Amino acid sequence: MPNFWTDPIGFLTQWLTALLIGWGVAPEVVNFSLSLLGAIVLPLMAMLFVIFLIWYERKLYGRMQDRLGPNRVGPWGIFQTFADMGKIFTKEVITPTGVDLVPYNLAPILAVGSVLMAWSVMPLSVNIVGVNLSVGLLLVIAAGGFGELGIMMAGWGSNNKYALLGGFRAVALLISYEIPMVIAMLIPAMLAGSLNLTEIVANQDVPFILMAPVAALIFFITQVAETARAPFDLTEAESEIVAGVNIEYSGLKFGMFYVGEFLHAFTASMLFATLFLGGYRGPFVEQFPLIGIVYLLIKTFFVYFFSILFRGGLPRFRIDQMLNLNWKILAPLSLAMVFITALVDKTAVQLIGGQLDSTMLLVVRTVLLLAVNGVVFWVVTRLMEINIKPARRVVSGARPVATPGVSQQSPEDPQVPQEPQVPGEVSA
Amino acid sequence: MIPLSWYLIFAALLFGIGLYGVLARRNAVAILMGIELMLNAVNINLLAFWRYLYNSSQQGQVFVAIVLAAAAAEAVVGLALIISAYRRRKTVVAEEMDLLKG
Amino acid sequence: MAPLQIVFLILGLATIISAVMVVTARRIMHAALWLVLTLLGVAALFATLENGFFTAVQVVVYVGAIAILIIFAVMLTRRDLQDTPQQSNPNSGIVAVIALAVTGGLIYGLSTWQNFSASRSAMMTNAAAEGERIVDLGLALVSPDAFAIPFEVASVLLIGALIGAIYVASGQRE
Repeated sequence: MPNFWTDPIGFLTQWLTALLIGWGVAPEVVNFSLSLLGAIVLPLMAMLFVIFLIWYERKLYGRMQDRLGPNRVGPWGIFQTFADMGKIFTKEVITPTGVDLVPYNLAPILAVGSVLMAWSVMPLSVNIVGVNLSVGLLLVIAAGGFGELGIMMAGWGSNNKYALLGGFRAVALLISYEIPMVIAMLIPAMLAGSLNLTEIVANQDVPFILMAPVAALIFFITQVAETARAPFDLTEAESEIVAGVNIEYSGLKFGMFYVGEFLHAFTASMLFATLFLGGYRGPFVEQFPLIGIVYLLIKTFFVYFFSILFRGGLPRFRIDQMLNLNWKILAPLSLAMVFITALVDKTAVQLIGGQLDSTMLLVVRTVLLLAVNGVVFWVVTRLMEINIKPARRVVSGARPVATPGVSQQSPEDPQVPQEPQVPGEVSA
Repeated sequence: MIPLSWYLIFAALLFGIGLYGVLARRNAVAILMGIELMLNAVNINLLAFWRYLYNSSQQGQVFVAIVLAAAAAEAVVGLALIISAYRRRKTVVAEEMDLLKG
Repeated sequence: MAPLQIVFLILGLATIISAVMVVTARRIMHAALWLVLTLLGVAALFATLENGFFTAVQVVVYVGAIAILIIFAVMLTRRDLQDTPQQSNPNSGIVAVIALAVTGGLIYGLSTWQNFSASRSAMMTNAAAEGERIVDLGLALVSPDAFAIPFEVASVLLIGALIGAIYVASGQRE
């Protein structure tokens, strides 16, 4: 009988199996019902956690904007999310006429379900994982694809041209940013030698953010874009397209989109922590696996803090700026990083691997990769600065100044002051 | 437990349905959907044969990967052509695109 | 009836029904959504063939990219007049007969083959775990005496398709 502290899932499984067989249930049904229980508990924990997450985000976002955030409902406003839930549950669900019922109703389910799919392969601690899938990373990418389908269906099924337009732009954005995201996810898989998320965590004696910082940065930026958070929230900005795809949804269906967005941001932060920060690793994890969950949550909240920092501190991008950033900077950079990381890492291992022991080899690899990443980052920032100089010159140059009294003088009056020339077209 | 014949019959059915879609639909995009069905039937067949008979070699899987890549490429080009033809002739119905000069 | 057989029958039936709806739906948008369901059913069948890699790849490539592309194309080439009935050719009757004949011919031709009812016996060397199978697949795709050349040719095909699609769809006048 394994101890609860050293192997919580094994202990619970054995205890529940003994209990159910004691009640006379057949073994296959016991296995099936235990899997079902796990499949219900994991998303339930995720959704319950979102309640705390929404409060955290609103307080922090408010503080960044020099205001308090919710502070009426309960001490420090911790029950605010329950009040919001109450409002959303009891709002009238209005279904507009002319909607296509199946896509319209299926879209919020897909928006939340696709994110919950990614939780099934996330390693929460040493032996605590939903499914130890050997292609776990691909499943996470597939879950992103499902989310795009949900947005497309919401945009089309709403029978509203603004929703359709918002859906087009959102899906174009998501598909574009999927490319550098997938390529940047390849780099930890390459360094760990497997697509299995538990293997990737197990191979992180040195966290991969030290071995591949540029890939981590690319992954973080593309995740912020994939979850359509600011500064990439053109698709649902109120001044732009009035809630985009969510226009025709009210009540619980809108609540699902709302929850899905926060859950997606949280899952993306957890994925970043798993791939680049070492997941559940930390002191004493082998003896007490439950501490692993705590470590993972601390790292996830650290990354989520940066996500909220982006949201609070950066102005919104235009659609052409977003697509420029993706296709001209992130996609070639990620391809170059894969190439360079593979080259440097494998040649280092080949050339000097035979002569060093494993820890020394790890240190040498880390230092080498860090140096190469630093060089690439410096080169890219220099290139971006060179490209941005003309635009800066234009924007900071002389501007036309409105002089009072010009319009009252007649055009052929020789004392009409000349307006300074507008310095050409500003192309951002 | 599952004999190979079940997978082969299923793939043949899917192929037949795709064939009907290609030959009997008017909308060009619907024809493309039929082609995708046929390619999926081929993939099922390949993987079934690989799993049941040639499990130790990698040929079946590589073939499936190449077919998947070729299907993706062909779907992309086909849809680009359909959209470009729609811009010229304002119709997607395959029967109405019967003049060589637009 | 083993559980796996029941699962296969349910999945197979759902996929076939979705495929029939794809080719007979009145409104083309519904046909596109049924196509998504069919592709997901095929992905699930890949999973019953114990190939998790291609399940994930099918969802990522077909559902996540090609199906969305088809939905985009449907939306960009829509005229409201075309959602009316008559989605089928005048030849649809003959075509149905031809399709049935082709399917029947395929099934009959395969059934005369000796291994038609092969079962998944212990003869299958299934000793390699899935993770090692993926490593083997990766090695087979890039090693020069395995399948490196078809792999490179496929990547050239994809680049050609990419450039061609961008050029064709960008709508440049001469």
